[in-house]
Amino acid sequence: MSSNSSAQAYWKENLRIIMTYLAIWFVVSYGCGILFVDALDQIQFFGFPLGFWFAQQGSIYVFLGLIWAYVFSMNKLDEKYDVHE
Amino acid sequence: MSLDLLTYLFIGGSFALYIGIAIWARAGSTKEFYVAGGGVPPVANGMATAADWMSAASFISLAGIVSFIGRDGTAYLMGWTGGYVLLAMLLAPYLRKFGKFTVPDFVGDRYYSSTARTIAVICTIVISFTYVAGQMRGVGIVFSRYLHVDINTGVIIGMAIVFFYAVLGGMKGITYTQVAQYCVLILAFMVPAIFLSMQVTGHFLPQTGLGATLESGKSVLTTLNELSVELGFAEYTAGKKTTIDIFFLTAALMCGTAGLPHVIVRFFTVPRVKDARLSAGWALIFIAILYTTVPAVAGFGRVNLIQTINGQDNAGVAYAEMPSWFKNWENAGLIAWTDKNGDGKVHYSAGNAFAGSGKPAFGDGRVDGNADMQRITTNPSEGANEVYVDRDIMVLANPEIAQLPNWVIALVAAGAVAAALSTAAGLLLVISTSISHDLMKKTLKPDITDKQELMYARLAAIVAILIAGYFGINPPGFVAQVVALAFGLAASSVFPAIIMGIFSTRMNTQGAVAGMLVGLVSTMSYIIYFKFMGGSADQLFLGISPEGFGTVGMILNFVVAYAVSAMTPPPPEEIQHIVEDIRIPRGAGAAHAH
Repeated sequence: MSSNSSAQAYWKENLRIIMTYLAIWFVVSYGCGILFVDALDQIQFFGFPLGFWFAQQGSIYVFLGLIWAYVFSMNKLDEKYDVHE
Repeated sequence: MSLDLLTYLFIGGSFALYIGIAIWARAGSTKEFYVAGGGVPPVANGMATAADWMSAASFISLAGIVSFIGRDGTAYLMGWTGGYVLLAMLLAPYLRKFGKFTVPDFVGDRYYSSTARTIAVICTIVISFTYVAGQMRGVGIVFSRYLHVDINTGVIIGMAIVFFYAVLGGMKGITYTQVAQYCVLILAFMVPAIFLSMQVTGHFLPQTGLGATLESGKSVLTTLNELSVELGFAEYTAGKKTTIDIFFLTAALMCGTAGLPHVIVRFFTVPRVKDARLSAGWALIFIAILYTTVPAVAGFGRVNLIQTINGQDNAGVAYAEMPSWFKNWENAGLIAWTDKNGDGKVHYSAGNAFAGSGKPAFGDGRVDGNADMQRITTNPSEGANEVYVDRDIMVLANPEIAQLPNWVIALVAAGAVAAALSTAAGLLLVISTSISHDLMKKTLKPDITDKQELMYARLAAIVAILIAGYFGINPPGFVAQVVALAFGLAASSVFPAIIMGIFSTRMNTQGAVAGMLVGLVSTMSYIIYFKFMGGSADQLFLGISPEGFGTVGMILNFVVAYAVSAMTPPPPEEIQHIVEDIRIPRGAGAAHAH
């Protein structure tokens, strides 16, 4: 393992990445799919009311994007701090 | 070829494949039995995770649920996929670095406490048994409907197959059969969905088909809304549950998903930490293919169902003219018709067609003793609706309703069996591991050899299969209700304990144990009170239904754990080092063999 302070910096940056992605996760699923769904439903999107689309399709695509973005961000971060396997 | 012959061919062929894989992938050590030797490539693990996760409920029931409750089905669609984001970022990589075999392993070691380990073992076993009973039942239903054998015979055949590859191959056998089962189940789900989408909308992709405009010039969803309102239902795209209820339900399902032991344990099987993240990404791709198709299957299925039963003019269709699937499912007891207005026509509308629980009670034989008449039912309700349609038949009956070719129907049957068996095997492995590893090796008999432990694991798997089969043959009337319990337990006990174990170096035994107990007890009592002791809707806490209370239990768990740990001494130095160590990917190596 690298030195203690570098390990802490790595962990801090990991937490920051997680917080950013989870914020998007929350806004899309709980925001667009549940809390603001009625307002978004006023907008039509390829034949779907937009809120309904987010709730039953769009959120899942965003989840996918988030996990893959996290995979790539972390691979880069692991290299940067030389903690990759 | 006849449908029967095709079904035998498809199911028989898939079984031969699973058994072949099981023989090829026999496990020789506990490490192979528990975590497939820790050498599963991420794509294969993603596929196996998807098959493990997508149970008979996802394959058979989910589209039916969405079809019947419309917008409120959102909670299940998002809840059962969004949990993978939590898994990928908050759990999988660190648990892989920790590198042991089970969830109780982590809880017990991280909180240096056999009490914590025991609570985790109990949660694991309760969650897994709850889940597995439903799978065996699913296999039984498919067998009885398509192969015309008794439901019980179907359950026994299913048990025999799972027995073969779970006991012989352990995690290694299960992983590679799950990869095959994923391919079978996704093909079986997508082929009819694409057929349906082409037929109804001309779109190849069901995902865009749901937004398509029909020949009438109206979109699919508008048509559904109008049909629903005409028959007295609420609009399809309008929610009926309160926003707060949907919010808590979604959160409980997401956190519950991330806390399910049979899902977590799949991430122990890959070689490196980055592979754990990667396989979460693959898993969600494979899951999303099915989950984004579900709303389309639900929508098309509902339009087809209503138009077939009520006719294009919505006036009802004479019973004698009903297609054969209607009578087949009537024979299986999952469709029932009572001619309330005596016009000889079947007509479906809102409200329960039958009194009491809403399910039909069948009498002996058919009306007037005439083989061409409907089955006798004894409990018609006051309402105008004449038809009972079980939600669970939507996916299975869809190809027949849409008059798709026989091979598609046979494929769907094989897919449903694959979905049920793959999940059952994953759960049985978790149960047997908890017993042989966490209970025997770690608690009761620490001095047994690897070989003896492997024997205990196989014995425990056999016992677990027998118990699961018993529940499949004699289903407790409360299977549907206890599924809420499985997710509630996972969300309120396992999930917070693991999260705090990774993200807080300060969390100690006292905090974790107190938190788990509070989460567990509050969630269980709420569910038991409202599901089994007749709690009424106006007593609900903030209007949160029992299925969603796991979220409240989880919040209580976090609060109590932090409060208690702040008042008690910090964990020993070496535990804090363990926590710091699991945060760094390098050096994961193969899963430790202790």
